[in-house]
Amino acid sequence: MPAPSKSTVTSTVKPDNRAFSPELSRRNFLQRIFRRETLIGWLFVLPALLMYVVFVLVPFMLTIRYSFFKWNGVSPAIWVGLNNYVNIFQVPNLIGTIKNAFWLIVWFSFIPVGLGLVVASVIHRVATGRFGSVSRTILFLPQVIPLVAAGIIWGWLLALPGLINQILKAVGLGALTRAWLGDFGTALPAVGVVGIWVLLGFCIVLLQTGMSKIDPALYESARIDGAGWFSEFVGITVPLLRNEIGVCLTVTVVAALAAFDIIWVTTAGGPGSSTSVPGIQIYILAFTQRAIGPASALAVMLMILVVVIVLPLQWLSRESAQ
Amino acid sequence: MRVVRGEFWAGRVLLVVLMAFTVLPFISIFMTALHPSGTVPGGLEWPANPQWINFVTAFNMAEMPKLLESSMFIVLLVVPATLVIATMAGFAIGLLRIPGSRVLFLLFVFGLTLPFAGIIIPIYFIERWMGIYNTRFAIALPLIALYMPFSVFWMRAHFINMPSELSEAARVDGATTWDLFWYIHVPLARAPVASLGILTSIWTWNQFLLCLVLVEDPTQRTMAGGLGAFQGHYANNVPLLCAGTILILLPTLIVFILFQRQIIAALLQGSLKG
Repeated sequence: MPAPSKSTVTSTVKPDNRAFSPELSRRNFLQRIFRRETLIGWLFVLPALLMYVVFVLVPFMLTIRYSFFKWNGVSPAIWVGLNNYVNIFQVPNLIGTIKNAFWLIVWFSFIPVGLGLVVASVIHRVATGRFGSVSRTILFLPQVIPLVAAGIIWGWLLALPGLINQILKAVGLGALTRAWLGDFGTALPAVGVVGIWVLLGFCIVLLQTGMSKIDPALYESARIDGAGWFSEFVGITVPLLRNEIGVCLTVTVVAALAAFDIIWVTTAGGPGSSTSVPGIQIYILAFTQRAIGPASALAVMLMILVVVIVLPLQWLSRESAQ
Repeated sequence: MRVVRGEFWAGRVLLVVLMAFTVLPFISIFMTALHPSGTVPGGLEWPANPQWINFVTAFNMAEMPKLLESSMFIVLLVVPATLVIATMAGFAIGLLRIPGSRVLFLLFVFGLTLPFAGIIIPIYFIERWMGIYNTRFAIALPLIALYMPFSVFWMRAHFINMPSELSEAARVDGATTWDLFWYIHVPLARAPVASLGILTSIWTWNQFLLCLVLVEDPTQRTMAGGLGAFQGHYANNVPLLCAGTILILLPTLIVFILFQRQIIAALLQGSLKG
């Protein structure tokens, strides 16, 4: 990449011209402009930086600070050191939210990405023309509606008289019917299904777009060598889609760890705390129980968790892009 | 490429099943919405006597006109502000490459995957202190800030690929930095700015957590926030809840169908770059 314009201009000044005063003054002029440039450049960044500092960086620091105190938001805060963090590991309800978050990764991330890969590889050659574009639009639909709406819709589908139980009865599995979101054993998988509904279409469309960029000649020659669908899938599709798979995993893992909307409107963390995730627990602790310290400690844990899990994924997809 | 016949049909069937899985929930709530208010119908039953009046009732109960106005106000505040300041910052970091631009860039990237729930508590206290709690600005201002990491990242990716000859030529003609930005680079950045506009509009319209925490009055929220409040009140009246949900989804669905290609492209690109 060429250097910024100013230095390009100065570098074209020949050494023997330096003795002449017009050139000298021109250089000073350029240096002056360059300093002015820096100032103006920073002015361009200033509004964005200001907003970012006030509403993201300062709150980020404050979250860390709050996490070392016992505070109800009104009376004076009391320093408690690392107690709030120790607490997270000792209280089953709190450490449980982190366990649930990991379970959600299976539902929100592994299943949509895994299933999405298989489905995309099967359909990417048949989803062409008008049929293909209609299918893209429909599969993408859950991605543009509010997650709250997805939660409400599925809250009704998974209810006792809802569609899911109706289908089960129709196919003779009436014994399985239950209030899926109200049962300790099935609430978390039921919430997971909502996540699949929201994220599967997105993964399919993204992966399918990636597959359409793979050179068909690769598949042709694999076929000539007698490769079946599976060896094509493992040998060509997956390795060449590393970047897209990395992106899908990143998006869905973040969606799982930061899940709030869907769970809030379907179960609000219940029954008991069987679907409680960090986001829900932070909200309950901070805004209904006024326990700012523990809530902030959990928030810090959540942010660390996201970075620790997402960073390797990013690195993986960057690596392959180069 | 030649597609084997069996494979062709297997693919089509799979696709149709998936589309049914995606669409059935919408059909289910639509049918439910037409049942008499207060009853508990089955999941997929066409009512004997469709109650279209439920949509009118839900429209009034959810205070739709106010909700629409509030959502529009917040989107019209957040999206243009985000586009302007992110384009300026992306220009300075990606094209002018001011001293410190690398550090600035890393600073913004740091926020890319930050969960909103992680910093919502201090935002609440800061807004109380600023006196904007429970106003539309309580949602709008933090949203602009929370979009900065992605938006700056997005615009920088555009500006960093702009040929420097363009800027040099303009400089020789005596253009100031502002001229360079406004007359040359902003018109060239129309496509990425448009995509960013689509993305931030959808995210703003669908925002829920900030609404829940920062605004108590549902009519000062965005659509998703209003829907959350509506659900709180009518959780036991399934037909009305479904009617309200459909009404709140309607603007999104219309816009999505009209601009489906642009929206899908923007969302895909957005996730690929972010």
